[in-house]
Amino acid sequence: MDFYGGIKRLQEGLASGEWTASDLVGHSLATIETYDAQVKAFLRLDGEGASSKVARVGNNGCAPETYESHETVHPTRSPLAGIPYALKDNLCVTGMETTCASQILRGYIPPYSATVVERLERSGGVLMGKLNLDEFAMGSSTENSSYFVTRNPWDLSRVPGGSSGGSAAAVAAGMVPYTLGSDTGGSIRQPAAFCGVVGLKPTYGLVSRYGLVAFASSLDQVGPLTHSVEDAATVLQVIAGFDERDSTSVKVDIPDYTAALTGDIRGLRVGIPMEYFDTGMEEGVRRSVEQAIATLRELGAQIKEISLPMTRYALSAYYLIAPAEASSNLARYDGVRYGYRATDPANLLDMYKKTRSEGFGPEVKRRILIGTYALSSGYYDAYYKRAQQVRTLIARDFAAAFAEVDVIVSPTTPTTAFAIGEKTDPLTMYLNDIYTIPVNLAGLPAISVPCGLVDGLPVGLQMIGRSFDESTLLKTAHAYEQAAGFSSLRPTLVKEVR
Amino acid sequence: MSYETVIGLEVHVELGTRTKIFCGCEVAFGAAPNSRVCPVCLGSPGVLPVLNEQALALGIRAALALNCQVRRSSKFDRKNYFYPDSPKAYQISQYDEPIGEHGHIDIVVDGQTRRIGITRVHLEEDAGKLTHSPFGDTSSVDLNRVGVPLIEIVSEPDIRTPEEARLYLEELKAIMQYCEVSECKMEEGSLRCDANISLRPVGASALGTKTEIKNMNSFRNVLRGLEYEQQRQADLLRSGEVIVQQTLRFDDATAKTIVMRSKEDAHDYRYFPDPDLPRIELSESYIAQRLAEIPELPANIRARFEQDYGLPAYDAGVLTASKALSMFFDQTARLVKDPKAASNWIMGDLLAYLKEDGKEIEGLTMQPKQLAGLIGLIDDGTISTKIAKTVLRDMVSSGRDAPTIIAEQGLVQISDEGELRAIAQRVIAANPKSVADYMAGKEKAIGSLVGQVMKETKGKANPQVVNRLMAELLSSK
Repeated sequence: MDFYGGIKRLQEGLASGEWTASDLVGHSLATIETYDAQVKAFLRLDGEGASSKVARVGNNGCAPETYESHETVHPTRSPLAGIPYALKDNLCVTGMETTCASQILRGYIPPYSATVVERLERSGGVLMGKLNLDEFAMGSSTENSSYFVTRNPWDLSRVPGGSSGGSAAAVAAGMVPYTLGSDTGGSIRQPAAFCGVVGLKPTYGLVSRYGLVAFASSLDQVGPLTHSVEDAATVLQVIAGFDERDSTSVKVDIPDYTAALTGDIRGLRVGIPMEYFDTGMEEGVRRSVEQAIATLRELGAQIKEISLPMTRYALSAYYLIAPAEASSNLARYDGVRYGYRATDPANLLDMYKKTRSEGFGPEVKRRILIGTYALSSGYYDAYYKRAQQVRTLIARDFAAAFAEVDVIVSPTTPTTAFAIGEKTDPLTMYLNDIYTIPVNLAGLPAISVPCGLVDGLPVGLQMIGRSFDESTLLKTAHAYEQAAGFSSLRPTLVKEVR
Repeated sequence: MSYETVIGLEVHVELGTRTKIFCGCEVAFGAAPNSRVCPVCLGSPGVLPVLNEQALALGIRAALALNCQVRRSSKFDRKNYFYPDSPKAYQISQYDEPIGEHGHIDIVVDGQTRRIGITRVHLEEDAGKLTHSPFGDTSSVDLNRVGVPLIEIVSEPDIRTPEEARLYLEELKAIMQYCEVSECKMEEGSLRCDANISLRPVGASALGTKTEIKNMNSFRNVLRGLEYEQQRQADLLRSGEVIVQQTLRFDDATAKTIVMRSKEDAHDYRYFPDPDLPRIELSESYIAQRLAEIPELPANIRARFEQDYGLPAYDAGVLTASKALSMFFDQTARLVKDPKAASNWIMGDLLAYLKEDGKEIEGLTMQPKQLAGLIGLIDDGTISTKIAKTVLRDMVSSGRDAPTIIAEQGLVQISDEGELRAIAQRVIAANPKSVADYMAGKEKAIGSLVGQVMKETKGKANPQVVNRLMAELLSSK
């Protein structure tokens, strides 16, 4: 047994008695034991918590308690009951240390659980632990974690991407069947692409942000990282939906996402944004994506060239809006109430200065400074306000495109996973998110699915959907995945050990 | 040179909601420190605000009662600053799109109506409270007040004297109380006032350099603080010095203003729209509902009391001090022949008895029709005014009807002339000295004789009848 076959297969095994929920936890722990010393995806492991959860959900994953409580959410038995999972360490769990991979939150124990965590818990999910990330989700390589660097299971000298690098690496290495990450500018999709797994960023407002430690509130969204599109749909089904504790969550009917996975995309109109292919993309990535587009055509989709002219301004706008919001969101880490506090400050101001200078890493400080500057009196109009106007134009670009096409396809990243320590200049690092950032600015749903290997490293295909039309997005991704056969790939590391 | 004073007030009013503005914590004054808090108002990592609909409704109602135009669409902004009383390190407030704008309050100064403009009314959350140890070594933070809903009411610089500022505040407080927006207890901090004050030569149109005074925690201190600062600025200007723009704190003990910070220390609050809260979009019908919730306001009631009931302005002022009192008078006045009599009974004896009992008018069991009944019994001569005081004293405590008390204690007035004539004759016979004095021209001596009759009847004799009979009997001697 392993986790590459998908959640449905695991459920079948539970139902038939082929294995038990304890076996799944055991397998998860054993895999973590085998690989995580090298991969370093987990910041915190909770084997004891997982075992006690199994005791509650029952060995077949459907103890009466789980079944009953789950009925209020979905009418049938939860597809996630008894299935292990893990969380990016910026999602709060009652009583479990949550650090955002920052020293400033070292030892912080949340008094409440995030809405998405509550939903997974009520569905009988078995939490294995918390995963590494770039500090406060700021980064594209997980090198900005203040604890340690996570490595890519396909090549341990390379980054897993970021900021949800731990979430992607843990799935890729088969440690858990699925994880949750968060995506502010590509932080689910980019690591998914680098690690050869599926990563879904839902429409802004579809999944509650309550309990996700905020980076940039108007861009952040929680989503799953999985081995297959079907698994992504399964997890989304449980975590999606209005939450009265999040005023930005939207009241929409949640369709049956897995029912949309028909494999039939004949007549579907697929848009290829010219601007995305103009930039400095690696040749291997280009070939893989072109191959994927050909596959979609073979499946009966109509391929159309489209234009998203405002794309060129997206990165600039993003690096004003996200830091501006972050500068305010991260102001609460002041050493007064929780987390790190500098020792022996001379006075209050000194305590603030020392605490924040010592508690935050360089990338977080850089963004707080940029954001503070962008919001300063006299600069607000030129920077923050203007960036918001650009954001409106980018959203209009997409709206115009979606009048002609149903799904937009592009590479997820311009390159495959780069080497640890390779990108030292922040701007070069930021450019890695050039295809993913416009999607967050427009609040749209997007998914990254594996579309091939270049020099032994996975390439990600990004598909972008209409607002709240995850069904069409998942259907397209699923049809492609089935035809292309790149899903559930075992990374080099796993093959070597076998 | 003589100077004109220019004052603008910034008033914070705590909205009387059950729970806080962005979370479900109960609002409670005087609770144990940090006992009315939750992850949301504590600003724990990952939490999000959800607007309390009641706070919005009360805010809109207040803005309308202050004659403001209410925006159909407004938003919340973050005001960023570091201080331990602010657990998120920003306050959720409204910056450039407040819920209400362009309002006014009318005050009456020396019989003249003055209109004080209101620039804006906006919604925001309150901050926590810091207590500093007297030894200067520790500071304690109480976050119970964090997230209590407030409106900030900013006046135009239309106020010209400290006394006008006091009148404006009194009127503002009365309006908020009548609308049931807030209890406005200054001593509990549910109404707080900061003032901007500057002086300019009489006739000048440009404003002088202003100072801001904080920490004036009573109406009296607002008056004292402004009077002190007015004098301080005038003295400086007259001696040729300049006013420095700064924020001052009023010190109750010395009745002086003390510098808190100068303009150079001003914060850059880096306001920007709060991405966690959607815009506030209001329908016409929602605003109409809030308007319908506003009761008749004190200014209107005072005018009506003066016109319809012929009350002096003073009476109208006293009787509209609270909504409950004005309603009590209004209902009583409708049931009696002479509304002024009702006013006298309420302003005088009733308020005194309530004070004796430590009660508020809201806690009174006696109904307006019971008081009107008592006044009716005086009018028809059933009881004397003196007896009525005793009866009212009982009514305020017991809530019983006047006739019940009168019957039980045998207090019915004696107006029977035969009976009173007999008593009067006895009194005359028994007091030859007083009679002789009266006859000798000391008219006041009749009072003593009448008093004797009242004493004999235990106060129940009708004094008018006794007076008349006594005069008749003595003149026929």
